[in-house]
Amino acid sequence: MNSIKKHDLATLGACAVLFAIVQTLLFVDFIGPFWELNIILILINVILSVSLNLINGYTGQFSIGHAGFLAVGAYTGAIITVKLGLPFELALVVGTLSSALLGFLIGLPTLRLNGDYLAIATLGLGEIIRICILNIEYVGGASGLMGIPRFTTFAWAFWITIFVIFVIKNFKNSAPGRCCLAIRENEIAAETMGIDTTKYKVMAFTIGAGFAGTAGVLFAHYFYIAHPASFTFMRSFDILTMVVLGGLGSMTGAITGAVLLTAISAALAEYPEWRMVIYSLTLIILMINRPQGLFGSKELSLKMFGLGGSHNGRATESK
Amino acid sequence: MLKVDQIDVFYGAIHAVKGLSIEVAKGEIVTLVGSNGAGKSTTLRTISGLMKPKSGTIVFEDNNIAGMAAHKIVASGLCQVPEGRHVFANMTVLENLEMGAYLRSDKDGIAKDMEDVFKKFPRLLERKEQVSGTLSGGEQQMLAMGRALMSKPKLLLLDEPSMGLAPLLVKEIFHIVQEINEAGTTVLLVEQNANMALSIADKAYVLETGKIVLSGTAQELASSEAVKKAYLGG
Ligand SMILES: Nc1ncnc2c1ncn2[C@@H]1O[C@H](COP(=O)(O)OP(=O)(O)O)[C@@H](O)[C@H]1O
Ligand SMILES: [Mg+2]
Repeated sequence: MNSIKKHDLATLGACAVLFAIVQTLLFVDFIGPFWELNIILILINVILSVSLNLINGYTGQFSIGHAGFLAVGAYTGAIITVKLGLPFELALVVGTLSSALLGFLIGLPTLRLNGDYLAIATLGLGEIIRICILNIEYVGGASGLMGIPRFTTFAWAFWITIFVIFVIKNFKNSAPGRCCLAIRENEIAAETMGIDTTKYKVMAFTIGAGFAGTAGVLFAHYFYIAHPASFTFMRSFDILTMVVLGGLGSMTGAITGAVLLTAISAALAEYPEWRMVIYSLTLIILMINRPQGLFGSKELSLKMFGLGGSHNGRATESK
Repeated sequence: MLKVDQIDVFYGAIHAVKGLSIEVAKGEIVTLVGSNGAGKSTTLRTISGLMKPKSGTIVFEDNNIAGMAAHKIVASGLCQVPEGRHVFANMTVLENLEMGAYLRSDKDGIAKDMEDVFKKFPRLLERKEQVSGTLSGGEQQMLAMGRALMSKPKLLLLDEPSMGLAPLLVKEIFHIVQEINEAGTTVLLVEQNANMALSIADKAYVLETGKIVLSGTAQELASSEAVKKAYLGG
């Protein structure tokens, strides 16, 4: 127990150092506005891929409607700050909770489906959300909700990302998290062991949806606008690609996938005609050489390099 | 202990189990034999809550559990080892067994039962840290059984534990079923291998296309001409 805490503190320290470095570089304008924007985008995508990994990777469900929850967070967050004139902190909370609530309500009936059916249901759900927004004049309809103040800073985005990673990592190692893994491994066996499979699937789905909502609030409050075109099923596929590329079921993988794909996409921004070609090629080559994703379902740790001791954190911790 | 009364179970329009009634008394080994597709697995899945009967009652220790959620039924002391060795493939043997004790919180009891399981299945002890997807078929069957025992069931439901195993291994598995029973667990055993099943059971039912066609003590059935002809190879 003690060693785990120490480990967490060390990680937190490393995060603080990373934060200080990037923040300084931003401050002295070494990192210009273009890369600042992309760093924020990377962080938002990390939140999205890590939260989708909780559903698709850890729990083994196949959801492809994550952009819908992103949209719900973006719009409810914007309503709080723009329409109601309330603080950003509240927008973050309400955006997260409304997405989570929607995830819960949708999850209850749909998570009884499996495999392809769940994929189709979530895909449909994402589109339904987008089309509803498109037709609500209160939030600007097809022209989007404009005039959102830029409250999202690097600091907000960075620390919220760290928080989300921390929560999901701890969830995975908790008793409910073990149940989710068991469901992924073998749902029938999990059921016959007395695990309430619906409950844990809905739990993972709700948490994942909630954090996608958080990402939405950050997103809307960085880009001044929430527009239905940002939340199409292509966006959902983008997130799914990050998770699959990194390796379904690996936190490190989800983070790497998000960073890598967002960075590639940004680096190629000057060559719009080549962007999709290179992006797709990268994916194809990676998938041919590592179909299980960069990390498989493993985590990056010192142990991988034969350095660290016995930090395993899996079966042996006490309840 | 268990009284299944007139249950009907459907897959859509397919009437898989028709007005089936069976009874299991405490301490017994009861076997349900029948050929492929007779409805044996469907019956077990209905008892353990993985499927819901359209009509009929299932009374387990004075509670009607028909249609109850599977996890609640497990909590009441009834555990199924499903057909086809469903182990948590990417977890180690030890982690699988720990999952079996998922509903329990009595640490000492769990540790003791873990020891018992390893005593019954020494091969599992040797392979404690092995990822269970890489175990052989027989070892996976043992693991699935051991995992079920970790939930400390009063009634253990076994669905074709001998399926696809070499004869020697089948013997070993059946021997262990007997041991489990002698240690106080009631067993409802589903089998196609009627010979073996009848040799260790107290009571038996024969199932054909969703209906019980014969029942009696295992000895009676083993010597019955009809059973001999249909299931015991002459
Ligand atoms: N998932 C299913 N969908 C439709 N029919 C099924 C399904 N599972 C089993 N059945 C049908 O129900 C009947 C009983 O099957 P089952 O209980 O698996 O038999 P057994 O275990 O005795 O071999 C069979 O006719 C089978 O075809
Ligand atoms: Mg069967």
